[in-house]
Parts: sequence; C-alpha cells; structure tokens
Amino acid sequence: MSGWARHEGLAVALDRENVDTDQLIPARFMSTPRAEGYGRFLLHDLRFDAGGAPVPSFVLNRAPGASVLVTRRNFGSGSSREAAVYALVDYGIRAVLAPSFGDIFASNAVNNGLLPARIEADAADALIAALGQGTAPATIDLAAGTATVGDTTLPFALDPVWREKLINGWDDIDLTRHHAAAIAAYRARLAADRAWAIPRGEHAR
Amino acid sequence: MTARTLLDKLWDAHEILRRADGASLLWVDRHLVHEGSHHAFGKIAERGLPVAEPGLTFGVVDHYAPTRGGPATPAIARMIATLEANAAAHGIRLFGLTDPGQGIVHVIGPEQGLTLPGLLINCGDSHTSTHGAFGALAFGIGATEVAHVLATQTIWQKRPAAMRITVDGRLGPGVGAKDLALAWIARLGADGARGHAIEYAGTAVRALSMEGRMTLCNLSIEGGARFGLIAPDETTFAYLKGRPHAPAGADWDRAVADWAALPSDPDAVFAREVTLDAAEIAPIVTWGTSPEEALPVTATVPDPAGLPPADAARVQASLDYMGLVPGRPLTSVAIDRVFIGSCTNARIEDLRAAAAVLAGRTSRVPGLVSPGSQAVKAQAEAEGLDRIFAQAGLDWVGAGCSMCVAMNGDSVGAGERCASSTNRNFRGRQGRDARTHLMSPAMVAAAAVTGHLADVRPLLAGRDAA
Ligand code: SF4
Repeated sequence: MSGWARHEGLAVALDRENVDTDQLIPARFMSTPRAEGYGRFLLHDLRFDAGGAPVPSFVLNRAPGASVLVTRRNFGSGSSREAAVYALVDYGIRAVLAPSFGDIFASNAVNNGLLPARIEADAADALIAALGQGTAPATIDLAAGTATVGDTTLPFALDPVWREKLINGWDDIDLTRHHAAAIAAYRARLAADRAWAIPRGEHAR
Repeated sequence: MTARTLLDKLWDAHEILRRADGASLLWVDRHLVHEGSHHAFGKIAERGLPVAEPGLTFGVVDHYAPTRGGPATPAIARMIATLEANAAAHGIRLFGLTDPGQGIVHVIGPEQGLTLPGLLINCGDSHTSTHGAFGALAFGIGATEVAHVLATQTIWQKRPAAMRITVDGRLGPGVGAKDLALAWIARLGADGARGHAIEYAGTAVRALSMEGRMTLCNLSIEGGARFGLIAPDETTFAYLKGRPHAPAGADWDRAVADWAALPSDPDAVFAREVTLDAAEIAPIVTWGTSPEEALPVTATVPDPAGLPPADAARVQASLDYMGLVPGRPLTSVAIDRVFIGSCTNARIEDLRAAAAVLAGRTSRVPGLVSPGSQAVKAQAEAEGLDRIFAQAGLDWVGAGCSMCVAMNGDSVGAGERCASSTNRNFRGRQGRDARTHLMSPAMVAAAAVTGHLADVRPLLAGRDAA
C-alpha cells in the first residue's frame, strides 16, 4: 500500500446515520474474488433497484466521481468485513468525514489507505447542508489534519498512529517482523509461565 | 502496585512491546478463522509466508454452511472448499461440515474449551466479543489484521478505555440477557461504547449462566464496543471443566489459580460507569434498522412528529423501511416468519427458552430453528426440543450462521417481516428489503404462536420458563 499526505478531489454528502457495513456491501457479494473489483458493490441496494437499474435520486448516481464522503454518526458500524472498505476504495473514495465510525471499520480503513476523519456533528450538519445533492471540490491535508470542502476548512481528529500509517503507507507485517526476537522471547515465556494456555491436541477428544 | 481492571490485567499479560505512539504489540493465544478469511490467506500467500502458529489457529465452516442439503450455489461451495484447502495447506485444525464439533465460531470456541479466561482471542468477525464472557480479551479484526495474525501470531492495538456497566437486582421472568443488552444499547446508542472495552458487572450479571453472559458480551459490538468482558468465576470454571481442549490435571489447577486473579481490583478506576436496574428491564424488541432503535414490547411505534428534525428524519426513514405506522402498539405488528439461531441466541439454553413457549402450541407463521452447533443440535434432540419445534410447525435445520446473515441461501424475502433472535436489524441483513425485528428467543417463540410481536410473559403463565 502506498502512502499519501494530501488528496484533492470531489466531496459528496451521504445524509444518513448508522451506515453499517451490510449497507456498504451486502453479504451476498462477498464471495467475489477481490481481483474482480468491489466498487460496483458499494452501497449496492441503495444505488440500484431490485432489477439492477441505478436509482436516479441516489446521491452517488447524481454525483459520480466523488472521492470524499461526508456523512453522519456511526459510519461503518457492524460487521468486521473489510470488503466494506474494499468497496469504498475500489469505487474511488479516499476519505470519509463523519462524527463517529465503527471501531473495526476505522482500523480496516487505515489498513487500506482510506482516511476515517472524525469531525464535529455540527460541522457534519453544515457540510451536508451545503453539499445537498451536489459536489464541491475537496482537499485533505493529512499532516495538517484539515479538510477543505468548498469554502470551508475544518480540522479533523485522527489517531496519530493512524496518521503515520496513512502517510507512510506502512505495512504492519513488515514492521512486526523487525520485532521477531521480542516475539520469540514472549513465546518462550508463555510455554513456561502459562502452559495451560496452549491447547491440548486431538488426543484430548 | 496501582489497582488494575480486568482489561488492564489481560492487556499487560499479552503486551510484547509498546511503541512510543501508544500502539501495543499483543500476543494472540487463539486465532479462529472461517470462510470469510480467504482474503487474509490470499494476502499471506502473495508474500509466500507460512502460518506462524498453526497449533493456535482453528478453522470452522459456519458463515456459508448449508443448513439443509448441500451448498446452494457454486460460489458458496467454492468459499467452503477454499477454507478446507487453506486449512489443509497450513496444517490448521478445521471443524468442517461433517465434524461433530462444527458450528458457529463463537459457539464452538467455548464449547470445545478453546476459549478460556486470560486468553487473547482474535477472529475476523465482529462478534468475537462473545468470548469475553469468559474473561478473555477477545475482539474482531478485519482481513488485513487476520493476515497479520496468521503471519506473526500478534496484533497491533491501542488499549481501549475501560467502561463498566453494572446491572444489579433481578431480571423478571421471561426477561434475559438479550433484553439487558438491547436495553443498554437503546439507552446509550449504537456507538455509545465506541473506543471502550465494556466490563459487565453486578448481581444480575453474576446470576447469568455462561450462555446468558455470552449473549451479553456478543452484543457489545452493537453498542459500538469492540470488547465485552465478564470476570471469570465458579460459573465459568464449571462450564469449562472437562471440555475437549480445556486444560486438565495439574494444568487445570494452575489455570484456575491464574484465572482467580483476573477480576478487576476493588478500587480499580473505570473511565466510564453506567448502571442499570435489572428489575426495570422489560422484554425488548427493535422497531427500526439499528439495534439502538429498540423499545419494550409494551410500547408503541415511535412518532417522528415532535422529534428534533435530524432525529425525525432518521426515525421516519427507519419506519418507511420497516413499513410501520407511528403510534400503533408494537404488539399489533404482524409478522411473516421467525428465525431462531445465530451466535447471539442459538445455544442450548436459548432453544430451551423458545421450546418452553412453543410446547403444545402452533406457530402461525413459517420459520427456521438453526442450532448454534452440531453439539447443541445433538443435545436439543436428546432433550426432545426438536420435536417441540417440529410439532409447532417450524423447520429444525443444521448448524451455521444461516438466516442471521443470509450468506448460505437461507434468507428473508423482500418486504417480509421476520421476528429474529439474531443481532442485526440492518437494512438488507437477512435478505434484500427484508424487515428484521430483534428479540430474545423466547420472544421469537411468542411472536410465532401469536403471529405478531408479542409479550412473552403472559404466555409463560403456568409454565417453567427455561
Ligand atoms: S451468526 Fe451471524 S453474527 Fe454470528 S458469526 Fe454468524 S453471521 Fe456473524
């Protein structure tokens, strides 16, 4: 995953609370190999009717090409399915601005270069009202911790660990492998101190 | 030494190192994988990495497990075959479809004695919080994190804030752990415990069986908490003793001694404290499309008129999706089908509670009863519960996630209304345009016999509520 520090694109408003991961990608699409792309599944049942035709009134259909999503509280709540992030990323979304996020969703987002930026509920209200059904130019500055949507520049909250990771595009497996000696030492202590924590084998059945 | 919470003790015991920015590298004692873990196996395959600790990794077929006959589609069969192939390639013990230990991952972990107090348990599934009922640090992770655990047996995580929900008093007859969970989520909101690990305490929590405690911890994530915890006690030890993978002999004694030291110190400080009175909790049903949209079954459908504009819009949108009219009693809402199952409420105690209501009665609507595991299925059949369900007109099927997530082909039709013992009433969760009302298994049974949302309490009169 490559890091990024600044993004310029188009913002769009998704005026809903509690957009859960089942809405972000319905479960029936999750047996699809990632190589086939998940962008078409994003918010599928809101975007497309039962016959598969685009719903003209839905904001992503009115304003295609958005890369910054402004929405309401508890975005990405629900299941741990990283496919919800794949759908956003494959569609082209780089940042989501919302008052709160599901904890697992936010970790998954950062692991895929997607910014979960927390903004005040009042700020979300104002941005959503200003955007309406349209778009506005948006700039995200990760180092400064600010988002500009249209004429408004506002700060967002982001854990410093996640900021570093997004900017550097760090891969945790590579980072962790540098700590192999500490892990091996822990493993050795475990066998001595908490032998009960290692499961008995099949002989126990 | 400063007083520590259960969370602190578990965290400290698993912390290999902590970076300057506050992220901890934690040791993972148990890693549970399922069909959905294919993305993660793919990621380690791309790098040519082995599974670091196959002996601490366990696989199970649950999300796509057929509950009647074989896999419904080739895509479903492929998901199961992929897990089987990955488990075989890496030497991982798999609880496959024909294994008597198979079932929903959060049901079989405890059942097999793989879940123990004092462990750190990860699974690529948000309801991993269930295992916290044993005093384990258990949390759901995404695919990138699953790949990390597969490759290193460790996970990076920042210590959450400790929160305690204390429930004192006694739950009334017909009221259980599901009602308790929905009550606090309705009060605090679906993101009310975000960033926190919840420890459940109080006399009402102590009085719960392990099954009830698992239901409570399972639903932590529906209130925004990645972790739910209950301090281990005699109830915990009695449940675990003699389980297939649980420690035995001298190991058991040593383990129990370690576990007894886990409960929060009496003067430990929690970042947040919430208290509830068990006696005030009534049977609860959800009316909307988030678990926070829940009310006592004796209430009426909420009216958006009179709410602040933002709330009114949300409530109206939920009512529109759910096809409900404001102001009508919840008990007047007719249902089309019922489902009893899922990692929330498909353990033996849940099936007994539903059977206590259904015995000698007929369901007015079709429905499925899917036990949480093959072991629960066998136990229920030994007790004759399957015959009660069948005589009531419900289908008694195999073990798996089934209609909780509708991945295996078991789904609720568009526009249909389902009374469900599951955990998520999200839009489309049980099938496109399906309408889900969450409630306890006893309440699902009450809905089945009346054909509408119903208060189970009168139906239990003169019966032994299991
Ligand atoms: S039963 Fe439902 S909530 Fe539980 S693990 Fe399966 S799909 Fe997830």
